[in-house]
This record gives sequence, C-alpha cells and structure tokens, in this order.
Amino acid sequence: MTVMDSEVGAVGGVRNSWLEELHGWVTTVDHKRLGIMYVLSALFFMVIGGIEISIIRLQLSQAGLNIVSPQTFNQLFTMHGTTMIFLFGMPMLFGIANYVIPLMLGARDLAFPRLNALGFWLFLFGGLLLYFSYLGAEGLYGSGSAPDIGWFAYAPLTSKTFSRGNSTDYWILAILVSGFGSMLTSVNLIATTLTMRCKGMTLMRMPMMVWIMLVVSVLVVLVIPPLTAAQVMLLFDRFLGAHFFDAQAGGSALLWQHLFWFFGHPEVYILMLPGFAYASEIIPVFSRKVLFGYPAMVAATVGIGILSLGVWAHHMFVVGLTRNLNVFFAGSTLLVAVPTGIKIFNWLGTMYGGKIRFDTPMLFCVAFLAQFVVAGLTGVILAIAPLDWQLSDSYFVVAHFHYVIVGGLLFTIFGAIYYWFPKVTGRRLNETLGKWQFWLLVIGFQVTFTTMHVQGLLGMPRRIYTYPADRGWEIWNLATSIGVVFQIAAVAIFAFNVWRSLRKGQIAGDDPWDAWTLEWSTTSPPPSYNFETIPEVQSRRPLWDLKHPEDPDGIHE
Amino acid sequence: MTTQSTVDPELSISLKGRVGMLGMIASESTFFGCFLVVYLFYIGRSLNGPYPAEVLELPIVATICLLSSSVTIWFATRALRSDRTRSFDLWFLATIILGALFLVATAQEWMGLIYEDGLTIRTNLFGTTFYSLVGFHAAHVTIGVLLMTLILVLSVLGHVRGRDAERVEMLSWYWHFVDAVWIAVFTVVYVVGR
Repeated sequence: MTVMDSEVGAVGGVRNSWLEELHGWVTTVDHKRLGIMYVLSALFFMVIGGIEISIIRLQLSQAGLNIVSPQTFNQLFTMHGTTMIFLFGMPMLFGIANYVIPLMLGARDLAFPRLNALGFWLFLFGGLLLYFSYLGAEGLYGSGSAPDIGWFAYAPLTSKTFSRGNSTDYWILAILVSGFGSMLTSVNLIATTLTMRCKGMTLMRMPMMVWIMLVVSVLVVLVIPPLTAAQVMLLFDRFLGAHFFDAQAGGSALLWQHLFWFFGHPEVYILMLPGFAYASEIIPVFSRKVLFGYPAMVAATVGIGILSLGVWAHHMFVVGLTRNLNVFFAGSTLLVAVPTGIKIFNWLGTMYGGKIRFDTPMLFCVAFLAQFVVAGLTGVILAIAPLDWQLSDSYFVVAHFHYVIVGGLLFTIFGAIYYWFPKVTGRRLNETLGKWQFWLLVIGFQVTFTTMHVQGLLGMPRRIYTYPADRGWEIWNLATSIGVVFQIAAVAIFAFNVWRSLRKGQIAGDDPWDAWTLEWSTTSPPPSYNFETIPEVQSRRPLWDLKHPEDPDGIHE
Repeated sequence: MTTQSTVDPELSISLKGRVGMLGMIASESTFFGCFLVVYLFYIGRSLNGPYPAEVLELPIVATICLLSSSVTIWFATRALRSDRTRSFDLWFLATIILGALFLVATAQEWMGLIYEDGLTIRTNLFGTTFYSLVGFHAAHVTIGVLLMTLILVLSVLGHVRGRDAERVEMLSWYWHFVDAVWIAVFTVVYVVGR
C-alpha cells in the first residue's frame, strides 16, 4: 500500500512536471480523479459561499448597520443560496459518489467515463459562469452585476421589467449548464449501478450508499429537466418576448413557483439522501455491527424518493392554493416523516449494543443524528399549513432548512471526508485536529441556527438587509453572527488539517477503519484500474467474509 | 474471493447503453411533460387572437410521415443486425427522408402561421406555448435527422457493420421516443387544444 500509483500521485511516487500533471488532470476520464476534482471544486465554492454569508451576518449582527447596501445584500444572499445548493452541495455529493461507487461495486470505472468528464466540466463551467456575472453582467444598462433575485428566482421579479441588465441571464444559464452536467452524471451513475456490479453483488447486496445514490440519481434525472424547462421558458420571456410568466398577457407568475418547486423540493432530498448514505456506511463500521434493517432502509429510501415528488406545494401555502390542495400537500409532507423516522431508528438500532468507536467520522454522524431529528421536527411544524402561514418567509424557515442542510448534510459530508480521506490519499487526517474541528462546528452550528428559530418566531422576515432596534431581535441576531465565527474557525482547522495530513499524516494502509465494503480491499490510493482482479462477493460485507471465513455473513442475510 | 469476472464484456456494453439511453429518455420525458402541462394549463387563456381554432389545421401528412418513419427505422436496425448493409442503407435513407418531410411540413405550417395569420411567440399565450412545445419537438426531430444522416454517410463509406447494430438501435430508441412525443403533442395541441 505504500507503493503509490504515479497516475494518482496525490502523495508521492514519480513526479511529473507540473505541466504534465495539469494536462493529466484536465484530460482525465478516471472516476477517482474526477471525484477529487468535484470535491475540491465544491470545497472552493463552499468557501466562497461562506464568505458571502459571513458578510451578510456581519451586516445583520446589530440593528441598523449599513456595511453593505441593500442591492449588494440581495446579491449576496442570492449568490450564497445558489452557490451552496448548486455549486457546493450537488458537486460534493456527485464527487464522493464518483469516487466511491465504482470501488464499492467492484468496477473499474463508471459506465461512461467520457460522459463523466463532460458532467464535471459542465458543472465547473456553470459555476464560473455564475461568478463571471460580477464582471460581465452590466449588460447594456449598466445596472446590477451579480444576480439579486433570490435562489428560487420568483416571477415576475425575473422579468425584463424588474431585472434589467444580464445578471438574471447569468443565473439562468449557469444553473442550466450545471444542471445538464448533473443530469448526465446521474444517468452515468444509474447505468453503472445497474450494469457494472461485480459477480455476486445482487441489488440486495449493494452497500447502502449505492442504493441511496441510485435513488438520488433517479430523482436528479426526473426533476432537473423541469427546472431546465422553467428556465428555458424564462429565457424565452426575457429574450423573445414570450408570455409564460407575464400576468399582463394572461400568463401566470404562480406557474414558475409550481415548476420551480417541483424541482426544488426533490432537490432537498437529492441533497439530504447522500447524507443518509454516508451515515449508513460510517455508523455500522464504527459501531462494529451490521446496518440494522437493511431491507427496511432500502424501502425507506425508495419511499422518500417517491414521496418527494408529491410534496412541492408545501412551499406555496401562503400563495393561497385551494383548501383541498393545502390538505393534500400538508398530508403528503407529513408522510415523509414515516420513512425518515424508520431510517433514524435503524441507525439507532445499529448503534444499540455496538462497540462504538468515537473517531471523527462517527462523531460527525452522531451529531447529524441529533441535529437531523430537530430539523425533521421543525419540518413537521412547517408542514402544517396554518402554522406555515405564520412562519413562512421568516427566519424560522431559514433555521429549519439550515438545520437540514448544515446540521444534516454538511456534518455527514465532513464525516465522509474523514472516513474516505485515507482511501483517497493513503494518509489519515489528524484525529486531534478533527475533534477540534468537530466541537467548534457543533458549537458554531448550535449558536447560529438554534437562535435563528427564535428570531423567526419573533417575526423577523428573511432576506431583510437590516432591521430596527426596537423589535427584540438584536440579541438573537448577535448570537447568530457570533456562531459564524466558530464555524469559520472549524473550517479553517479542517483546511489546515488537510494541508498538514497530506504531507505528515499517519500512513493509513488499505483498511484503516477495519471496514467491510469493497473499496477497502484495494490499495490506498487505489491504482487507476481499481482492482487487479475483479472481486466476487457472497454477502453485503465482503471484507467481513474475507477476514472471518469461519463465520461468513451470507447465511445470516 | 477474488476470481476473474465472467460477465460477458459485449453484454455489459450493450446493457450500459440501454440503461443510459433509457435514463436520457426518462429525463427528456419530464422536460416535454412540463411543456405539455403548461400548454394544457394555458389553453383558452390568450387575451387576444389568433386562437388555435382559427388557425390550426390537423397535420395529417406530417404525422403519417413521422409515425411511419418509426417502422422504417425498425426495418433498418433489423437489417443491420443480420449484416445486410445495403438493405440497412435504404431503410435508413427512407427514415431520413420521412423525418425531413415532417420538418418541411412543420416549416410550411409555421410560415403560414407567421406570415398569414400573424402569430409569433410574442403574440399571445397560444403563440408562446405553441412555438415552444412544437419547436422543441421539431428540434429533436432535427437532431435525429442529423445523427441519422451522419450514420448513413459513415455506412455508405463502409464503416457501419453488423457489430454496430447495438449503437444504431440506441439511436432508433431515441427516434421512437421522438415519435411518441409527437403523439402526445398532436393530441394536446391539435385535438384537445382546438
């Protein structure tokens, strides 16, 4: 395992000139290199999105501040939302899936390696296009630079009348292009999962992560095109004078909301299910037990995927749908709590009675469990239409979805990075620094987002650039902003940890966590062909079978 | 545990292509689904004319051309699978001609709508939804015709043989899909929408 493959070259081995190295990365179709590039780009955009939100929190830390103008503020929250969803969340989950899934399946690459490269470069181009708007979106009018329409870009705010210049067009085209890349990568992951599993790996023997990413990929394939369609309609409205969202010609602004949220809500599960995937891999390994209730987990995952397609209008309770629609969408939204609850109990069941090791990946997953339960409960609160009428567009909603995306997804992403970093680089991340990062992030997260619920209940609307001093919001806003400092410290420690561990980290070996899935059977980092001989599996835990030939798993499944 | 895989590589390649193409078709279906739903949603909501009942005629010839091209491409792929390249070329040429005829019919319909009836994408909601939906379908037909022409040129030059049948079949799946979309468009635009 100390022999590094010169092609992977993350730690050592034969050194090429930097130009050869760069050429190798730019032209690669290797799923591992593309996965690494996905993850690094996603982390880059996470830092940018984090800088944007830090400026926002500075502006809101006290009443009546004027650090940024209202226009800049609108651009900042638009770019923060768009960046974190489309340029951090999605590429991160595709990056990890790209790297890990072929290894888990015992395959040598994805089904369509060149399509995979296309998907990555489309995403990166989309991201750069979005940020080029700061330079290029002045257009002919000299008004605006970055988009300032919010990440869900409601009509008619996006019409030519209200959004002059080209900032909105940059937003549309950037998301359209990166969405196309996501769709292609998802088709690729589906084809890989269905046709390239190694011998013996039936669907019900796939690692839980592969099952979940299969459902995620199907969701992406089904719901990205409606967003694309809506964006194409918007482009037609803006450039050809069409009337899709033009109420004055009989069109409907509400139509945009329906199309957007038909994408937008499944998108939440597209982002959150991979978090479940990482937890479903990490929790069993660090509890030293098999995943509790594997078939129920599969069913719950598919169930969440199906339900997620029928809940979108719970984002629209306040627009005045009919009573029957409100009841339907409230009901379907509440139903999502059932499969999600099954998952929570299965993870707890996995930990129950296990010999739990609290290494950093496990810490992140335990925090995820607790925080995600809270996120789910506020979700249930918001699903009840009359309560939503009170809380919609307040900081309570902001707190809810940040509990999901940060408390759920970001924590599991860090868990996943700590878990698979040894496989990718051959070295382990430092545990002490990892624990510092974890506790700072937990404190920062709780201080920031728990207080946000209170601001929302006190009536503070989202997306206001400042607020008067007499509403009782100051102390809560100050707390929220202070929490950000801890989160920045946590991310800085993470960056330092990665930088340091790449050079000085403890050599990991093939299987540092004593894990059970196929990616740990090859070297760290894996050679470009992944496996010398394609493995054959007899159970869900092939490495357990290998290490314990006297007690193979297959008979218990 | 580590034994050599016995999966037939040929089979694996064909399965990959099939799943990939089905994924793409699923994705395209929801794309067209949105435009169809929006068309249905806006029927009768135009504030000014021309209205569909005044200007639209049933595109019978175009429909016959496109639907029969699904049959000819089926014969073409069957011929290629049994390595009858000459027969494949002819059936493929017939498919291309039928697809091109459909496009000509669409072009004539649009000429009439634009120059005689004064209907453009900015005239009213009918124009907006009609040109988007029918236009996206026609764009897909165009892509199909271009791809088929490319393959026909390669085939005439002697580069397409029986072993490529799987790939050509994937293109035929796309073509059948474009046909199926036309049935939906026909129903919504020319039957329900009038």
